[in-house]
Amino acid sequence: MFDIVIIGAGTAGLSAAIYASRAGKSALVLEGKAYGGQIINTPDIENYPGIAHISGFDFATGLYNQAKALGAVVKMQQALRITKADGRFLVETRRETHEAKAVILATGAKNRPLGLEKEEALIGRGISYCATCDGMFYRGKTVAVNGGGNTAVEDAMFLTGYCEKVYLIHRRDAFRADEKEVERLREKENVEFVLDSVVEALEETDGRLSGIRVKNVKSGESSELPVGGLFIAIGQVPDNGAFQDLVDLDEKGYIIAGEDLKTKTEGVFTAGDCRTKEVRQLTTAASDGAVAALAASKYIDALT
Amino acid sequence: MATNPVTTAEFENEVLKSEVPVLLDFWASWCGPCRMLAPTIEEIAEEAEGFKVMSVNADEEPALVQRFGIQGIPTLIVIKDGEEYNRSIGVIPKDDILALLD
Repeated sequence: MFDIVIIGAGTAGLSAAIYASRAGKSALVLEGKAYGGQIINTPDIENYPGIAHISGFDFATGLYNQAKALGAVVKMQQALRITKADGRFLVETRRETHEAKAVILATGAKNRPLGLEKEEALIGRGISYCATCDGMFYRGKTVAVNGGGNTAVEDAMFLTGYCEKVYLIHRRDAFRADEKEVERLREKENVEFVLDSVVEALEETDGRLSGIRVKNVKSGESSELPVGGLFIAIGQVPDNGAFQDLVDLDEKGYIIAGEDLKTKTEGVFTAGDCRTKEVRQLTTAASDGAVAALAASKYIDALT
Repeated sequence: MATNPVTTAEFENEVLKSEVPVLLDFWASWCGPCRMLAPTIEEIAEEAEGFKVMSVNADEEPALVQRFGIQGIPTLIVIKDGEEYNRSIGVIPKDDILALLD
C-alpha cells in the first residue's frame, strides 16, 4: 500500500512525487508510455524560471532522477481503472492492482488529431505530431506545419533547418505563439505563411502522403499543396475517460478542479494539463504537482 | 547506450538470416521520445526469450532508414524469417511492444 498513487509521469506527476516524498509520504507514479510527458519533444526550454536553457529530455530526466532519489517508485504501467472502497483506492493496471490512501490524476494531454480521413494510416508515412523527432526524415523536402501556437511555430522554425520549404498553415491570421518566435520565423526565407486556412484533405500516393488540400476560410477557395510531410500541432486533448466516475469532466474532457486541485471525490486530486485551467505551461504543471501533493498529504494526515 | 546496435553491413546476417524473430528499434540521439523508450527496450532485451532485440541508429544507417521507408522515430519493426512482420511508430507501452511479436 502506498500513501499516494500518482497517475502520469509528466512534469505535474513527477513534481507531485517530489513533494509527496519530501512530505514523508510513500508515492507510486504510474506511467503508460514513457516518463517526461509532452516536454520531451521540446528541444529548448527557455521559459522555466531559474533555468535559462535546458532541453526537454534533460529536464524530464532531471525530474525523474530527483523523484526516484527521494524515494518515489515509478512503474511503467497504465492505470486502467480506479475504485474507492472503505476509504482506500484500488488502482488497476494490466499487471497488478495498487492500493493507496490518496490519488493524484496527472494524466496530461495528448496531441489533437485533425480528424481527417487517412490521417491515422499515414502517421509515420508523411503525417507527424513531432517535428523534432521526425524532421530529419524530410530533409530537402517541402512540408507543411498546421497550427498557430508555440509548438507550431517552433516546429516550423526547426523544419526550416532541414526542409527546402515549409508552409505554416493557420486557421486565423493572428498567432497564439510568442510574438518574438513568430518574428524570428518570418525572417526565414524558406517559410510561407498560409493564414486563415485549414487542411481539409490528405492526398496519398503509394501509401505515403503526397499532398494536402487547403481551404481558405475567408474566401472559401481550396488549393493543393504538394507536400511530403504534414506536421500537426493544433493543440492537445485530455484523456480522462477511464476516471469519469471519480471526477467531473468539462465538455472537452478536462477534469474540473479549482486552484486547490480537489476533485468531487474526497482523496482524489488532480494536477497539470489534464485539468481545467487557463495557462498550460511547464511552470504551472510543476506548481500543480506541488499543490496537489501537499493537499493529498494533508488529506492523509487527517485520516488517522 | 543503444541496445545491440546493428549496422547496414551486419544487417543481412544479424537480422535477415536470424533464426529467431528480431525486434528492431530505429532511434536517434536527438529524439527525446526515442531516449525515453530506451530503458523499456533495454528491459525487453534483457528478458527476451525466443527473439532478440537490436537497434538501428537512424543517423548512422541511412541505407536502413531508406530501405524501411522510415519517416518517423521511434519506429519498432519485427522481422521474422527475413520479412517485415509488424511495425509500430511512436512510444508505446511495454506490453504493446511485446504484442508486436505475437
